[in-house]
Amino acid sequence: MQHNLAITPSPHVRSGATTRRIMQDVCIALAPAGIASVILFGGHAAVIIAVCVLTCVLTEYVYQRLMNQRVTAGDWSAVVTGLLLAYNIPANAPIWIPIVGSVFAILIVKQLFGGIGSNFMNPALTARAVLFVSWSSIMTAYPNTVFMTGGVDTVSSATPLAALGKVFTGAEGASLADVGLADLFLGNCAGVLGETCKLALILGGIYLFIRKVIDWRIPVCMIGTVAVMYLLTSGFNAELTLKELLSGGLMLGAIFMATDYATSPQTNLGRIIFGVGCGLLLFVIRAYASYPEGCSFAILFMNVCSPLIDRWTAPTPFGEVKQHG
Amino acid sequence: MAKKATVGKTFFNGLVTENPTFTLMLGMCPTLGVTTAAWNGIYMGLATTFVLVCSNLFISLLRKIIPDKVRIPCYIIVIASFVTMVDLFMQAFMPDMRAILGSYIPLIVVNCIIFARAESFAAKNGPHLALADGLGMGLGFTISITCLAAIREIIGSGKFFGMEILPGYEPMAIMTKVPGGFITLGIMMILVNAAKKAITRRRAARKEAAA
Repeated sequence: MQHNLAITPSPHVRSGATTRRIMQDVCIALAPAGIASVILFGGHAAVIIAVCVLTCVLTEYVYQRLMNQRVTAGDWSAVVTGLLLAYNIPANAPIWIPIVGSVFAILIVKQLFGGIGSNFMNPALTARAVLFVSWSSIMTAYPNTVFMTGGVDTVSSATPLAALGKVFTGAEGASLADVGLADLFLGNCAGVLGETCKLALILGGIYLFIRKVIDWRIPVCMIGTVAVMYLLTSGFNAELTLKELLSGGLMLGAIFMATDYATSPQTNLGRIIFGVGCGLLLFVIRAYASYPEGCSFAILFMNVCSPLIDRWTAPTPFGEVKQHG
Repeated sequence: MAKKATVGKTFFNGLVTENPTFTLMLGMCPTLGVTTAAWNGIYMGLATTFVLVCSNLFISLLRKIIPDKVRIPCYIIVIASFVTMVDLFMQAFMPDMRAILGSYIPLIVVNCIIFARAESFAAKNGPHLALADGLGMGLGFTISITCLAAIREIIGSGKFFGMEILPGYEPMAIMTKVPGGFITLGIMMILVNAAKKAITRRRAARKEAAA
């Protein structure tokens, strides 16, 4: 079952995949969501994206220079971190928010633990969690999109997730019609800047899948688990389930964050466990905890578990007999 | 002369060389738990220092009569007596600080620094050395956690010893929460270890040059 760790004699086919190549692919896949965010939230979204990317690359360069390490700041991985972090910040956040977040992501989460491939948690997600816990009022002030009444300068009264949460718990006056399915899919809804346009995110995901950059198991298992849990608990309410799948950070998290190589399991079975775990935790946090969205915390928790999952699902070397009793 | 040097060395050993927070990594529970404001660090440190000095002294004095097999219960009785004294003293004279430090004061009983020093130092050395060790370790602990607490307080609430020093600063709330404690401690440890390494290297170089 676990073919991806098979050891075979030469000759080998060389794939030509390098860190740089993969990271460039991820950047290409993230581009539609970035363009969508600028259309939806205006120029400030572009400023935040630019600040995040620049600060991330610069932090990595300066740190590696100061520590006399080989400078790998040009391998595009910091660009990916910067993009992902920017997509997790509300479009009208003050400019120091992306700067603090980027420095934290690269310096503390990535470089202090040994740089690319050695970090045990996703840098962008961890930085988001730190920003979220530290300045929650700024990080949850989601602006309206330019197409909504009031425009970007007004802070949204209720995010789709909050509205759906009311429907889920059966609160009075809450209705599924408050949240439009097309708006959710195209991104015309309140949220952090990169998560709203699901169409762009899914397009990026398909690109990554075709380029074989990501494995289907983690995103599919994660989204599938959330779908199954909502179907089961809402009495097979398909509309609610579909809207839940298209709200919040689920798509962004499942496609781009949970699939990070360094922080997700290596084996196929492990990836399935990882995806299901992320989905379950996300459902539990959304449905029963005090935060409306739990995507980042769910993925971070599973990030920490992934070495254990890897160990548990490690394939047995060919010829080795399983010990009994 | 030789004896005096050893007392000084023992004191310095606790204060810097074997600093309980950054080298021995003992007493992490209060180190992470109460260091959200600089004053907490000072009071926590001084309370621990008092218990450490007294228990070190008494255990050292009693070291020849305490039977080896029941030494741990004996240590606990000595330590717990002093902790109770500190606890009651703080409840009587500084109830506000006692309320902030909460259960961390009674928990000094199980603080690893005190046990470790009782077991590995006081039980083997004379009272004057045990006293110096307790004082050095205690002050080392106090200084370390006060620095840690001051950094967390400045970043996490924009204050220094309770005074507003950064007007208009948006405090980074996570620094006064648990993750902030781990992050600050980790970064301080990196810096302390780097400084120590640099000092040792410089000393070695100097010795080489002298030779």
